[in-house]
Amino acid sequence: MADINTIDENVPENCPGVQSEGAGKSSACAGCPNQTLCASGKASGPDPALPEIKKRLASVKHKILILSGKGGVGKSTLTAHLGHGLAENEDIQVGVLDIDICGPSIPRVMGLDGEQVHQSGSGWSPVFVEDNLAVMSVGFLLGSPDDAVIWRGPKKNGLIKQFLRDVDWGVIDYLLVDTPPGTSDEHLSIVQYLKTVGITGAVVITTPQEVSLLDVRKEINFCKKVKVPIIGVVENMSGFVCPKCKNTSQIFPATTGGAEQLATDMEIPFLGKLPLDPRIGKCCDEGKSFLTQVPDSPAAKCYKEIIQKIVDYCSSHENGIA
Amino acid sequence: MEVNSKESSLTSVKHVILVLSGKGGVGKSTVASQLACSLYRKGMKVGLLDVDLCGPSIPRMMKLEDANVHQCSDGWVPVYTGSDQRLGVMSIGFLLANRDDAVVWRGPKKNSMIKQFITDVCWGSLDYLIIDTPPGTSDEHITVVESLRSFNPDGAILVTTPQAVSVNDVRRELSFCRKTDLPVLGIVENMSGFICPHCSECSNVFSTGGGAALAKQCDVPFLGCIPLDPNLARCLEDGEDFLQSFLDSEASKSFNNIVTELVHLDNKTET
Repeated sequence: MADINTIDENVPENCPGVQSEGAGKSSACAGCPNQTLCASGKASGPDPALPEIKKRLASVKHKILILSGKGGVGKSTLTAHLGHGLAENEDIQVGVLDIDICGPSIPRVMGLDGEQVHQSGSGWSPVFVEDNLAVMSVGFLLGSPDDAVIWRGPKKNGLIKQFLRDVDWGVIDYLLVDTPPGTSDEHLSIVQYLKTVGITGAVVITTPQEVSLLDVRKEINFCKKVKVPIIGVVENMSGFVCPKCKNTSQIFPATTGGAEQLATDMEIPFLGKLPLDPRIGKCCDEGKSFLTQVPDSPAAKCYKEIIQKIVDYCSSHENGIA
Repeated sequence: MEVNSKESSLTSVKHVILVLSGKGGVGKSTVASQLACSLYRKGMKVGLLDVDLCGPSIPRMMKLEDANVHQCSDGWVPVYTGSDQRLGVMSIGFLLANRDDAVVWRGPKKNSMIKQFITDVCWGSLDYLIIDTPPGTSDEHITVVESLRSFNPDGAILVTTPQAVSVNDVRRELSFCRKTDLPVLGIVENMSGFICPHCSECSNVFSTGGGAALAKQCDVPFLGCIPLDPNLARCLEDGEDFLQSFLDSEASKSFNNIVTELVHLDNKTET
């Protein structure tokens, strides 16, 4: 069985990372057995893991990142439901990879709390929700739900690398990567490692308020900077329908035009608006699929439309970016 | 790198409070900004430091988006909300040339920025310094706690929404506080219940009771619930003073109660 303590690659706590300018020179490097190697600059060459990742992910057709600069806007909810929605077709194989190392929500949202990862000769076996829906998250490596992963960047990067290199996905059609908020270590690493195999594109999700859009614009600029194509933007929590009087309220008001305006301004496709439905949150807490629990709701229909748009994008971009 | 407390900018700051949450988008910046405003309204001198480098929300919420930071001989001068200079704000948002610029930094660069925020801002004498943080338990958090150690911070306020998904992440943040010996002042539950403006029916959009249950289970004080109020969201969007405009709202009362509780806690520890 894999365990969080065995995957520690002995990175010193304050390691600046081999790619940084301070490699081998920072105060944390004193006494590290790799100090001379890092200082010589030899370690900053191409990562030896890249060809291994390329080999491992050669059997994955589409790699999709789910991004948002802002936290709590529904990245994990969207990722999980994309997974459920795509896997409704039994011929489609789906993998979900959660690289939110400090706040993994995927195990809970997909009803896999307490599951653990097993190791086999061909690598780490993901946890299966359905026969065609496999999941990997740092949550499966923790002993207790209270365990905090208090790691600085290099250790997080090491684990992401291991997820990409060592998880035995088999032949799959879609790999959905759920990310933490921000534009930092995890994001740079996943893009850097996946570049060798090509990223099909990123789905960006936001809530309607400017406070959230502010961060999402930063994320879109990040994608442009690192040349990840954007499949489109999804607006979540837009409008709440009172279960009693059926009137719609804007809990998170779109004072600057919401995601639709953002998509127009930044010239990227708009994929749709998901209403705020308390049943979605409830399904996530219980680890069930909202799409099968309440299939006739407006929100479920929106989800299905968005999923269809993503599928269409993928089939028209079979080769991704090489 | 030990911060030299004699020269640092925090020597005349009485109370330092961190606002933390493992989860994103639960209202850390909202709680931090409203606490700062509420303390200010009680006549205190307050500083508000935003160490969320990749997604700073404080400048927008405080209506200071176009402000710039100035240098003086002692370091950076915080941006003040009014001419009475009783509420000072510092955020990376003030240092970016363009509001859409992404700060694409790995850990070490973020750490040195935070150290600079802790040591080089001339806050002057303050009653309270409120520190808003990004989600997670990583570089920013380790660095801010390490840099603050010599100043004996009062502790942390943890913010959560009621759902299990959020409570799960906040449990991890609690473990972080325990591991780093940072006292937990209490838990605030945000977005608990939405009162329909049309029929006054209260819907628990994000479930209910998760924050109070967590506080009880982990034996930390529960500071209160803040209901989902579209007026609050709108005020934060426009940088309007919610506490002044909606003095009688439930949310305003909750913030005031939390502040009263905090001030009470501090008085107890001082005597």
